[in-house]
Amino acid sequence: MNSASEYDLDLSDEDRIELLRTMRRIREFESTVQNKFADAEIPGFLHLYIGQEAIAAGVCHALDERDHLTSTHRGHGHCIARGLATDRMAAELYGKETGYCRGKGGSMHIADVEAGMLGANGIVAGGIPIACGAAVSAQMRDSDEVAVSFFGDGALSEGAFHESFNLAGTWNLPLVGIIENNQYGEMTGLDEQHPPAALDDLTIYGEPYGAARDRVDGMDVEAVYGAAKQAVERGRTGGGPSLVECVAYRFEGHHEGDSQFYRDEGEYDEWKQKDPLLTYPEKLIDEGVITEEEYAEMEAGIETEIEEAIEFARESDLPDPSEAYEGLYSEGGGHA
Amino acid sequence: MSQTTDTQTDSLTLVQAVRDGLRGEMARDDSVIVMGEDVGENGGVFRATQGLIDEFGEERVVDTPLAESGIVGTAIGMAAYGMRPVPEIQFMGFVYPAFDQIVSHAARLRTRSRGAFTCPMVVRAPYGGGIRAPEHHSESKEAFFVHEPGLKVVIPSTPYDTKGLLAAAIRDPDPVVFLEPKLIYRAFREEVPADPYTVELGEAAVRREGSDVSVFTWGAMTRPTMEAAENLAGDVDVEVVDLRTLSPLDEETIVESFKKTGRAVVVHEAPKTGGLAGEVIATIQEEALLYQEAPIERVTGFDVPYPLYALEDYYLPEPARIEDGIRDVVEF
Ligand SMILES: Cc1ncc(C[n+]2csc(CCOP(=O)(O)OP(=O)(O)O)c2C)c(N)n1
Ligand SMILES: [Mg+2]
Repeated sequence: MNSASEYDLDLSDEDRIELLRTMRRIREFESTVQNKFADAEIPGFLHLYIGQEAIAAGVCHALDERDHLTSTHRGHGHCIARGLATDRMAAELYGKETGYCRGKGGSMHIADVEAGMLGANGIVAGGIPIACGAAVSAQMRDSDEVAVSFFGDGALSEGAFHESFNLAGTWNLPLVGIIENNQYGEMTGLDEQHPPAALDDLTIYGEPYGAARDRVDGMDVEAVYGAAKQAVERGRTGGGPSLVECVAYRFEGHHEGDSQFYRDEGEYDEWKQKDPLLTYPEKLIDEGVITEEEYAEMEAGIETEIEEAIEFARESDLPDPSEAYEGLYSEGGGHA
Repeated sequence: MSQTTDTQTDSLTLVQAVRDGLRGEMARDDSVIVMGEDVGENGGVFRATQGLIDEFGEERVVDTPLAESGIVGTAIGMAAYGMRPVPEIQFMGFVYPAFDQIVSHAARLRTRSRGAFTCPMVVRAPYGGGIRAPEHHSESKEAFFVHEPGLKVVIPSTPYDTKGLLAAAIRDPDPVVFLEPKLIYRAFREEVPADPYTVELGEAAVRREGSDVSVFTWGAMTRPTMEAAENLAGDVDVEVVDLRTLSPLDEETIVESFKKTGRAVVVHEAPKTGGLAGEVIATIQEEALLYQEAPIERVTGFDVPYPLYALEDYYLPEPARIEDGIRDVVEF
């Protein structure tokens, strides 16, 4: 598993502070909506990204505005790292009209075409073929855009993953697959979902398809950035698909309400030491990139941002029932 | 477990009846295998398989990788070789990766092999709305499966029926899609015999007798329909027929009820267009046209992807909307 030192990093102090800020914003958004869910303000299902922030932050920092992304059921982190506004995201979680999907999508379906965010996805592995299509489009237009698809360790078992990477390899597509290995697919550990040969390196699934493979510490945002940058560069220059495994841990349940009976004793505490929101601020403070006071100020600003986002969501209107038909077809309408 | 006698019953919710039905069939028949995502130690998203792994072990309660097509396809092969797999799909909206296996293969194995291979498999999935969950987690697409010859489609609405219909489905020699109304998984309890028993597939149940109008429904919509019927009691005498098995349809009971009342309403939560109401109405037109006294009304979901939270309450038929439908038909 690669650490940051394996990569040729070109991160300025500003970049590093930006990485920290993105992770901190994700954490704040997630722990806030976690509370609102517990208070029954947010309905439905909530899959939190807490613990995996370094992956979204690192990968998205390696992208340009012109690139394309697909996300998962655990998608809030990807959206924030991609620059989506937390107030409209919160509104979507609340099912409000001002949300990214006008309250029709909810937590699992946030999409924003302007940001190249083709959507979070309630269907495991559902986004991978779609990212493939974005990559085909980039290739046919002779652009140097890449398509990035985030998906979990569990998604590797779905046919959609294999069909997509077969296409990507055959057509040499600029597709970057980011495996977020958080040790579990729902409540089931890796060893019950994958054959022994894959357990130590999930990128083995990319081998027959000719994907360039990389395996990186997913709790280290700079390492993730380094791996993603290489993969993106390869895609931009006609080098074909890549598959990057980011090894991480989710600190909360699969969804809110999960009893988490399946964790081994001590496992959580061990991973907690690697929590990017403990280690990275410490590192940047140690290295003199940011002072403690500056970090505290950043945190305070982020807390205000997220509070205001929730307030915006609360105050927004629910969609009118008549809007249910809007957007169904390009010409509007639908059957009565 | 305690000794059971013929008359012993337990007070069970619908989801407990699923579990009890599975347990009974697994105890009766070693070839019954439960398989799916997190059905083992976790006991399934809705705890329908909770405890089965302790009783029957990992060999018969199998946690699978996240691969619906693989799960159902594997079950087909197992069934062809004499096992009775009961794969679980976590939510009906996650069945589509397995749709090909169900429709292209499970449904046709017997015909293709001129009966040499059979497919005694039951695909279980919670379906339907009302739990404040988006799209795939709430939809009701039973019509997709009813449209495929070779499949049976069952939707229970009570704990008693759940256990009996599930047992019948598992013992049935052909593939059955068994859809469970998750909205009422824990809504109420009913006395359920402790011993295994079956409720015959293909038979509707008249839940309430009436002479003015027949209301046909199934699954989670049975309760609001009954409520609507009670609210109208004294004014309109409503017959409520719970179809229970959607394929094959119990045409006899449908037609008989309609001949008595001459008026009908069909209630389902699936979108209107292409929904099963159309099939029920066509059956009535073919078999009992001359008894018809009024246009038949459909009270259904709308032709949109299953909506989120706020719009959900408008989407799902509830007693007031069902009452309006009944009044329209009766006052025609
Ligand atoms: C096709 C499909 N099957 C099942 C599910 C239910 N489900 C949602 S998330 C999940 C686990 C996904 O595991 P992984 O890909 O590792 O992502 P993680 O949740 O760990 O982020 C499952 C089984 C689904 N959403 N879609
Ligand atoms: Mg996972």
